[in-house]
Amino acid sequence: MSDIKLAAERGKVSDARKVWEEAFQKARLRDAEFTTISGASLKPVYGPDDVDLDHDRDLGYPGTFPFTRGPHPTMYRGRLWTMRQFAGFGSAQQTNERFKFLLDHGQTGLSVAFDFPTLMGYDSDDEVSLGEVGQVGVAISSLADMETLMSGIPMDRVSTSMTINGPAPILLAFYIACGEKQGVDPAKLRGTVQNDILKEYQAQHAWLVGAEPALRMITDVMEYCSEHVPLWNTISISGYHIREAGSTAAQELAFTLANGMEYVRRGVAAGMDVDAFAPRLSFFFDAHLDFFEEIAKFRAARRIWARKLRDEFGAKDPRSWMIRFHTQTAGVSLTAQQPENNIVRTALEALSAVLGGTQSLHTNSMDETLALPTEKAVKIALRTQQVIAEETEVAHVADPLAGSYFVEAQTKRLEDEAEAYFREIEKRGGVVPAIEAGYIQREIHHSALAYQLAVEKGTKKVVGVNTYVEALDAKPEIDILRIDPAVEEAQRAGLVALRGKRDALGARRELDAIREACRSGDNLLERFIAAAHAYCTLGEIANVLRAEFGEYKEPMIL
Amino acid sequence: MTGPEIAERLLRGELFALSRLISWAENAHPAFADALAAIYPRVGKAWRVGVTGPPGAGKSSLSNELVAELRRSGSTVGVLAIDPSSPFTGGALLGDRIRMEERTKDTGVFIRSMASRDGHGGLARAAVDACDVMDAFGFGTVLVETVGVGQSEYDVVAATDTVVVVLCPGAGDGIQALKAGILEVADVLVVNKSDLDGAEQLMLDLEDALRLRSIRRDGENSWDVPVVACSSHQGTGIDALRRAIEGHRAWLETRDLVGMRSHKRVQQVRRIVRERLEDELWGRHDDGSLESSLRASRTPYDVAHEILEPVLSSIHVAGTGRAEAGHAESGHAGSGHKGVRS
Amino acid sequence: MARKIRVLIGKPGLDGHDRGAKTIAAVLRDHGMEVIYTGLHQTPGMIAETALQEDVDVVGLSILSGAHMTLFPRVRAELEKRGMGHVLLTGGGIIPQEDSEALEKEGFGKLFGPGTRTEDIALWIQSTMEDRWKNEEIQA
Repeated sequence: MSDIKLAAERGKVSDARKVWEEAFQKARLRDAEFTTISGASLKPVYGPDDVDLDHDRDLGYPGTFPFTRGPHPTMYRGRLWTMRQFAGFGSAQQTNERFKFLLDHGQTGLSVAFDFPTLMGYDSDDEVSLGEVGQVGVAISSLADMETLMSGIPMDRVSTSMTINGPAPILLAFYIACGEKQGVDPAKLRGTVQNDILKEYQAQHAWLVGAEPALRMITDVMEYCSEHVPLWNTISISGYHIREAGSTAAQELAFTLANGMEYVRRGVAAGMDVDAFAPRLSFFFDAHLDFFEEIAKFRAARRIWARKLRDEFGAKDPRSWMIRFHTQTAGVSLTAQQPENNIVRTALEALSAVLGGTQSLHTNSMDETLALPTEKAVKIALRTQQVIAEETEVAHVADPLAGSYFVEAQTKRLEDEAEAYFREIEKRGGVVPAIEAGYIQREIHHSALAYQLAVEKGTKKVVGVNTYVEALDAKPEIDILRIDPAVEEAQRAGLVALRGKRDALGARRELDAIREACRSGDNLLERFIAAAHAYCTLGEIANVLRAEFGEYKEPMIL
Repeated sequence: MTGPEIAERLLRGELFALSRLISWAENAHPAFADALAAIYPRVGKAWRVGVTGPPGAGKSSLSNELVAELRRSGSTVGVLAIDPSSPFTGGALLGDRIRMEERTKDTGVFIRSMASRDGHGGLARAAVDACDVMDAFGFGTVLVETVGVGQSEYDVVAATDTVVVVLCPGAGDGIQALKAGILEVADVLVVNKSDLDGAEQLMLDLEDALRLRSIRRDGENSWDVPVVACSSHQGTGIDALRRAIEGHRAWLETRDLVGMRSHKRVQQVRRIVRERLEDELWGRHDDGSLESSLRASRTPYDVAHEILEPVLSSIHVAGTGRAEAGHAESGHAGSGHKGVRS
Repeated sequence: MARKIRVLIGKPGLDGHDRGAKTIAAVLRDHGMEVIYTGLHQTPGMIAETALQEDVDVVGLSILSGAHMTLFPRVRAELEKRGMGHVLLTGGGIIPQEDSEALEKEGFGKLFGPGTRTEDIALWIQSTMEDRWKNEEIQA
């Protein structure tokens, strides 16, 4: 019996339901809006009439198509999710120390946050970097900085996730070169580079060049890594930033998967076999406060992707069909008011990610709306995951909410809404034209605005913000981590020294080779690795790309 | 700051004075007329180009490319970008500058956004005043960009020397434009996004329509409107557009440029008079008093007559013998009387 | 025509998080203001140049990059260089209370941290500008 709807005779209203309906209609309800953060309205109760699914066709067992219940047969009995706290601030030296601290406390993977100059492809000593060096992440301007960052960390034994997009191929080149300097074969390097440029145009806005050359570099990375760095996840297709920019859950799901399919199309168009690179694609989602809607979102993502890859792209390798994803709890759900409450929000969000079957998880620290997290706050956030993993039973059973009328109905609803967005994007000629026309950005902006106004009107309740408010005069009793301005000075000085020390002619030759490859279509990642070894800086390489391909200009969306 | 003071600073080349004087024009500042009078001898050197077209035709991107092209050809450019105000709140989001971002670094370009302030009138007057101010400041070209909807936006472009109408393929915009009579004001037609499907068809449709028009106007010494294919996306056709504008200018200059311009000035005088009159009259009658007059079961004509009576009688008393409008007192909102003497 | 409050919403520096900037731009528009939005990744010089050309009354900076202590003074210096020192310079973002107090002491307008109601920002700008204009009239 795989059809859970058999419990109800189709089309008939059961006696029990009639009794309930009558009672419900007579009852008085709380004065509240029963909608999700995304504005989806919810029924008071879900029952057999709300789902129409075949277990094996629509859910499958864990590790079987369409992977709604999870990508692995054992799920967390085999291996817990990777507890991966995003870290990075100040200098490479400081971040290196934080990494070692986290590894000592049981963290199992590294996750690098970069500062804005690095994210935009500028050196620490560029004029536009003034005041921003090391502020929200670590400043990495060359292979030398990368060597400091990874110093004393065995690169063949940790997996490293680098959150960077426009200049991702360059930073990956620094990482590969750094491994080589440690004597580690690139084939042994494990990790992920975000490298998801499409969502940058849509939501996060850290870009280097326009969509077409950026997509070419991404296929260069996929191509190079499938041959030389086979354990590396070449792209982490991210809904997180789309959601944080204010999208709904359905938009996050739809735009992320649409972006993913665009990368697959590009890879295939570049002449690669879909099964050669699809297994190395990974995803990154947000875990927001609507507990069940989030769980449904994760499940829907796996089902949609599996069907698309198998049925539309003709992938044969089951590993191509499976979405594996990282999750981060929702930064936007944190409040500056009563910041300790953020621990609770994060715990609930983390639980939804685990129930949704995530492969790795970052839990936000309570003080992140105020500044960079302190060590204590980071530790509590990590401990939150450990409590879920070790003290509750949720990791013992795979996809425990399957068959829930509510969760299955939500999963189907999100799937349908995503499909509707795929059609809208298709109508506009695909993801890139939809970005250029501002369609996706406008959808996100409108959702963000609607949410903000709902909070201000009080129809959406936020504890400490518009309900259970406390007087604000007391300063939050939270230490604030500050970046010493000396970091910027030291970075500048370091770059001057580096440029003086290196073989100037060799560096120049490598930059010329990059320019040449931009024009000839040769693989750029290969050239970046050579340039990294010659100690060409991030900004120097990025400037060649900007000059060759032109800088990106955003369409006006208001 | 007095009118003559700000004028002097403007003539010295101070950007702050230029910018502030445009605000004065926009807000109908009492001393604007004095300031304009002081700079008026310098007005008339710039070539004024109006760029209009339906929403989505890509006017801003095209204007951006055109500004770059004009700069390459050696002209400095003042840009007035007009965006609609919200009819509900009166506020506006002025975002056209974003597409011209790189121009902000160029000292030969000045960009000013103006909200249409719908429902309050005054846009056309303020826009022409702003053009005069930029002209006097010394820009070689003054470019006015506006969405081609609404009478006041139409009035704005109609007041320029060369009107560029931008269309793009798709959604039947071309045909709509023909119906809306937008073609009648065009001195240069642009088919933008010429890389898209349907661009060629639109070019052909427009050329047909223009031929029909020239047959209708057979014998008139009229300008032959060129149709230029552009892609602001790919940066093609922009030089052809500049040459088309220059061609129109050369054509006008061998004919009656002075006559054409003073004809447009007449419209400005009418706008100023209308605004002054309305300011004066509505200052004395608010909506409440009008409503109570109407409630006494009188027709709108009766009420209007009562309001106009003092004005009409003074005109009748003055008679028709005086050709001179008389000396304008300065210090009144929007008064450009001194400005229009030639 | 009635005088409108003209506001420039600027995103100085390299941070690309414009959710707040765009939301506040929309809200100020809905409060009847004329809002110019600069787009992302602006230098202090570009913001000041735009403020000058647009003759705005208010410049609001949105900074989530942690560079506020550098960027606020730099934008002010660039404004002053262009004779625009009179502009009401305000803003918001991820700015610790200590820092916003320090900046307010240095004469910057009120700075709004995370969790501020956008309505409050609009009302504060409105009342501050009304006071200024009233004073100008008295002096004139």
